[in-house]
Amino acid sequence: MWPFIAERWQDIAYRMYQHTSLVVQSVVLATIIAILLALLVTSRRSLVPFANAISSVGLTIPSFALLGLLLPLVGIGAIPSVVAVTFYAVLPILRNAVVGLDGVNPALVESARGMGMSPLMTFLRVRLPLAWPVILAGLRISTQMSMGVAAIAAYALGPGLGGYIFTGLAQVGGANAINYALVGTLGVILLALLLDALLVLVGRLTTSKGIRV
Amino acid sequence: MSTTSTSATTASGSQERHGAELVFDSVSKRYAAKGRPAVDSLSLNIPAGETVMFVGPSGCGKTTSLKMINRLIEPTSGTITIDGEDIRSKDVDTLRRSIGYVIQGGSLFPHMSVRDNIAMVPRLLKWDKSRIDARVEELLEMVSLEPGRYADRYPRELSGGQQQRVGVARGLAADPPVVLMDEPFGAVDPITRQRLQDELLSIQRELGKTIVCVTHDIDEAIKLGDRILILQEGAQIAQYDTPENILAAPANEFVEDFVGAGSSLKALSLSRVDEVELQETTTARVGEDARAALARARSAGDRGVVILDDRHRPIAWPSLRELQYMDRIPATRDDRLPVVDRRATLNDALDEMLAASQDGIIVTGQRDDYRGIVRFEQVTAYVQEANRNAERAAMSRLSTQEQQRVDAEQPSGATVDADRERVEPDATAEDLR
Repeated sequence: MWPFIAERWQDIAYRMYQHTSLVVQSVVLATIIAILLALLVTSRRSLVPFANAISSVGLTIPSFALLGLLLPLVGIGAIPSVVAVTFYAVLPILRNAVVGLDGVNPALVESARGMGMSPLMTFLRVRLPLAWPVILAGLRISTQMSMGVAAIAAYALGPGLGGYIFTGLAQVGGANAINYALVGTLGVILLALLLDALLVLVGRLTTSKGIRV
Repeated sequence: MSTTSTSATTASGSQERHGAELVFDSVSKRYAAKGRPAVDSLSLNIPAGETVMFVGPSGCGKTTSLKMINRLIEPTSGTITIDGEDIRSKDVDTLRRSIGYVIQGGSLFPHMSVRDNIAMVPRLLKWDKSRIDARVEELLEMVSLEPGRYADRYPRELSGGQQQRVGVARGLAADPPVVLMDEPFGAVDPITRQRLQDELLSIQRELGKTIVCVTHDIDEAIKLGDRILILQEGAQIAQYDTPENILAAPANEFVEDFVGAGSSLKALSLSRVDEVELQETTTARVGEDARAALARARSAGDRGVVILDDRHRPIAWPSLRELQYMDRIPATRDDRLPVVDRRATLNDALDEMLAASQDGIIVTGQRDDYRGIVRFEQVTAYVQEANRNAERAAMSRLSTQEQQRVDAEQPSGATVDADRERVEPDATAEDLR
């Protein structure tokens, strides 16, 4: 395996970068979408069970199938990959954001409003920071999952390590089949661990000391 | 005494704004779903600088009435004015920033430090940083929390009582003329509650805000209120009067039931500590020679020495025996020190004495400075005296009622049976006892 890696380490590094870039961008996009959706959902209480149902059912759609459905709509390349990864990434964040925002003590929200904070300020200064640890937990789950989904996205000729995995699978029995599949898979795992560690750090930095567990 | 101390603080340059007049004019709140209005045409006048307690059974509309003042709940009809200005004439957030709001447990934002919590409204009002910092320190001092120690803590690092103190400080932060409190001391233990009430009395004596406070605890209402508003269902006013008048002459059976308590207990919760003559006792400063203090106490015939810190606040009350083993007076603070504000009720004083198992209690005034002590015997003597007076008053009231009844029965009033008139009231008074 070492000669295999040594031979194409530049390509591997580039693919790892692409993979990470795809995941990070999609998750950032997903976080924004999820928080906005959660804000909408928690302001209309009747939507809460609906949102929870969508976030669970959504996760049962096989990512392979979703990609297949997306191809005729957005073509091949990076875009269907971003759409698919973002779609999955939204779900755990949405679920946690709804739970987190819902769990903020209503007395605190009322207190904030009673002191003269506008609804937007109450959201940014009170509700979001208090729900943040829960949202962040969703973000971590989402990032891990997106690593895997992004690998599948290679089916739509998306960027990243997925290409190696598919190459390996396509050449089963061939000389480098195992190497391709292994490098692709281990690369994804390595990246997932690194990103998760990064998110833990981000969590430490962005969560108030007053609510850190 | 009280006038001198008040003028002294005013002279010392306190720039606090004083209270504003608050008027409810036939205010109603009807929730569409329910047929009966939660608040039905409430009209009320709260004079500037007074503390008015809203009490009543749960669901009587007291909290709804309170929240209509800062428009957390909008009235269906009627108007509320603050110093003559309709509260709807201003932007709602501007209005709220000018009204202090303190709720149960303090409701501090857990992700913000004590400083940030208190600075919330001043920041919304865009005060400059140095002014905010100065204000935070001033307020923490006011609620007896050392700024250096507490300003940068988070709420979860504080006890319930301390959180509530910060809650009060936050409510007062931008120096609002009106402060609303919703069951402010509901979530703390009785001893802490009593201390917080004492502090509020002391703060209010200094600031003279208009305070509207909702409580379900009639004793708290009697203690803190200049006036008490007793509400029945639909926020119908059962009685709106001073605590003294409400206890002496309940307007109807509802009020009587609600107020409850026997006459001696009423006397306890109506009488303030400073109505009993405060006694002097030996005091000593931290760091002073313990033997000299001991000698002073012996010659004065005192059983203990009250230890004062550099700001004249009592911190401990060791007995002479404890003092024997000391060289210098130590700065240790006794957390169970029996101490009450001079405007606390005798009820609280007794509570504290029992809790600390001491037969006396230290009385403090403005900013916790030492005023004197009250002994257990004084309290009991005061209660006995008050009881005798109350009985006498009850008797004379009964005889007037009797007289009126007799007069009504015999309009001519020609042949009043003198004997019967004298005997019956006595018998009734006896029964009462």
